[in-house]
Amino acid sequence: MSEEPILSVKGISKSFGGLKALMDVSFDVQRGEVFGIIGPNGSGKTTIINCITGFISTLAGQVYFKGKEITGWKPHKIADAGIARTFQIMRPYYSLPAYKNLIIPLWSPRARKTGGWRGGGKHGDRDTVAVDILEEIGFERDSRVPYKLSSTLPTGYQKRLELARCMALRPEIIFCDEVFSGLSMSEIAGMLPLIEKMRDEGITLIMVEHRLRELFRVATRVMALNFGEKITEGEPSFVIEDKRVREAYLGTEEV
Amino acid sequence: MEMMRKERIDRGLKVRTEGLYAISSYREILYLMGPRLLLIVGVMALPFIFELAPYWKRVINIMFVYALLALSFDFLANYVGLVCLGGAFLTGVGGYFSAIYNVYLSFPTYLAIPCATITGAAFCTLCLIPCLPLRGVYFAIVTLMYPLLFTRIIEALDILGGTNGITGVDGFANQYVEHYIIILVVIGFLFGMRRFVNQDIGLVLRGVKDNDQSVRASGIDVTRMKILAVFVASLIGCFGGAYMAHLYMWAGISLFALDFSIIPIASVVIGGGGTLVGALIGSFILVPLSEILRAFGTFRIVIYCIILTGFIVFKSEGLMIFMQRKYHQFERWVKV
Amino acid sequence: MHIIIYGIINSITLSLVSLGFTLVYSISRVPNFAHGALYILSGYLVWLFINKFAGFPYPFAIIAAIGLTAVVGALIYRFILIRIRGMEISEIIATYAIGLAILEGLRWGGLRGGTFTLPTFMAGSVNLFDVSVDYQRLIIVGVGILTFVSLYVFTRYTKIGLALRGIAQDERAAMMLGINSDMTAIVSLAIGSALSGFAAVLLLPLGNIVVETGYNVLIFAIAVCVIGGLGSWGGTIVASFVIGFAQILTEAFISTHYQMVVALLAIIVTLLVKPSGIFGKQKELEERV
Repeated sequence: MSEEPILSVKGISKSFGGLKALMDVSFDVQRGEVFGIIGPNGSGKTTIINCITGFISTLAGQVYFKGKEITGWKPHKIADAGIARTFQIMRPYYSLPAYKNLIIPLWSPRARKTGGWRGGGKHGDRDTVAVDILEEIGFERDSRVPYKLSSTLPTGYQKRLELARCMALRPEIIFCDEVFSGLSMSEIAGMLPLIEKMRDEGITLIMVEHRLRELFRVATRVMALNFGEKITEGEPSFVIEDKRVREAYLGTEEV
Repeated sequence: MEMMRKERIDRGLKVRTEGLYAISSYREILYLMGPRLLLIVGVMALPFIFELAPYWKRVINIMFVYALLALSFDFLANYVGLVCLGGAFLTGVGGYFSAIYNVYLSFPTYLAIPCATITGAAFCTLCLIPCLPLRGVYFAIVTLMYPLLFTRIIEALDILGGTNGITGVDGFANQYVEHYIIILVVIGFLFGMRRFVNQDIGLVLRGVKDNDQSVRASGIDVTRMKILAVFVASLIGCFGGAYMAHLYMWAGISLFALDFSIIPIASVVIGGGGTLVGALIGSFILVPLSEILRAFGTFRIVIYCIILTGFIVFKSEGLMIFMQRKYHQFERWVKV
Repeated sequence: MHIIIYGIINSITLSLVSLGFTLVYSISRVPNFAHGALYILSGYLVWLFINKFAGFPYPFAIIAAIGLTAVVGALIYRFILIRIRGMEISEIIATYAIGLAILEGLRWGGLRGGTFTLPTFMAGSVNLFDVSVDYQRLIIVGVGILTFVSLYVFTRYTKIGLALRGIAQDERAAMMLGINSDMTAIVSLAIGSALSGFAAVLLLPLGNIVVETGYNVLIFAIAVCVIGGLGSWGGTIVASFVIGFAQILTEAFISTHYQMVVALLAIIVTLLVKPSGIFGKQKELEERV
């Protein structure tokens, strides 16, 4: 494909004091694909998301979104440009009921520009649109669930709320930071269709995941990190066979 | 031996009126409107109640000024997450600006006060902008210091009347204007702020308090939101200061007094943080109390501080939340 | 020359005054807004001892007052701050309220009507490079430098000092190594309060004991710490010199009344340009807990 990648990351490096969290990581993501980032704990998966989305400053490297450089932009500007992200540590707006959580992204300048999800970005009845969105992602509409305080929701619902928060912005890319972690098998079964639906809507997904089986069901390409360095990249079946990836997760055979 | 526990259940009346889609009886209307009407009527009637005690009428005016400051503090601290330790900064700026407009620029009272409110709020917001992108600690530190700094600067440079203040400020037309201007403004701000925090934009501000990272990730400039919040809160405080300048017909360093910083905080803590009404109730209790304690001189500040510390440490929920609970729920002992 | 000498004196004064605040914050992350109150409290205690108890020796009064102040600081932590540990805003409000209670309580209970002074350590003055400097100020500079050096040695070479530094750098790690964070907080608050008392005893003989000074001390301590970087000792000292000299310079070229303006401007400029202060480390957005 000679099409320009929607996201182009070149040579990102980041150190925390003496700890080299990322070393010269580069990759490209094509529009519409589901790109996985895997690696053992501490390999820098969440750090790369934080660097790309502007929450952490980088030591070196550039990030290009649709050809334009976004390195060093503030997080809200990057989100405004169309890159959304979930947070690994769930923190919904505790004092607000579930559906009100969505009012905030629906109020944002981006939602107002793009119309948001299901037209909720236009000034008007964001409340109804918020409940509609919740129904779309699996909250039972006629129950009290959408109206419950978000701090009382079970984990599966909170994860879906995070994704809904991203979707409300009508982004072009969503970074999913370990959305499958902490979920039971049935909750994951509920998540997968949601991911597929987002992909079908044309959103590019970049998923940092630990649960490889679920990830490989949806991912088109996967990149593996270890100790802050990229070790390989390619189709899921190719990457899983790679010796270095196995060593990273399982350790080497040497005694 | 039976173990009993307390069970709290929402009253039927509360559940029925929660949705507000259809209110079907006078009883339900009364349930909802009752407390609000009681508040409005009670507050409007206060000047008449105290007809026989002129000294206390002046206290009532001041009480409402403190109520405004408490409202401003409650909004910033419990809805936006910014703790303002310097309410006196707002009153001082508002008061001095109004005196300047009135005395140096010859604006009439009814023009000076609105101008002072708006321009004063703009000035306060500008002064606070440097610390808004930073952690909450800095906001607390800076707001705490501004009243102290400005007092000393005015004293040392002997500007704006120095220690004597600006005299010759016009007063109000008559006593009733004095009372009702502040009462109506307080009621207006109270119901206005309640509306505001439930509007979409208010929800964004509350989101900033709960999780500002998430708000940023939603594409909203959090610093700009904080600036808006500080401006709104400053409007409330500066109005109070401007009003006082005309009430006393004088603007002096005492407008930056610590009382204006501490009593609102104590009022909110006692009255129930986060309820907005609690701020009013707290002031209704603390200000008359402080008048009674005036005989003790500055010792009354010691008392407030001890009360404040006690509440903060033992985290009492405040009167308003207690009353709300009693109103909306009933309790009964249930066998375990 | 006058400027240099008085600049140095002023800077060391400021740093002595701010050291207690910085120490407490850097070690236990507690912003001790009762700092100014503790300063005046020590001064008042010394005055009480030497004036109400006939024949009470001055040195003993000093030691007793500083000791009592340290105890007050420790008590504040043990009974109040310990319950709200970690909630910075509550700590600020609580320590501020306690500080106010102390200051206004002192005002009501005695510090009004009349002047309260402490005797200087050594009367008279000396001529240094053609500038007249009184002995008290020289003592202040000497003691100040001695204090910095001994604090430096203490925290680098003694076990307790190292424990304090460990906690200052990373509380959780230190706790895992067996250092009791509450005990160190009590100790740090005691030391911090003692330091503010120490500064009071040195500086108050230069003037009167007035409650207003308590507020001024708090303002200057915060200004110095914000500019130097909250929690950085090196920053505190550098910042005191910056502000100290700025004040002396404005005093020389403009007027004596601009001390506060200098402090205010310095804070605003710092917050705008480098919020973490001269030596402070700004925590990244995602690193904030």
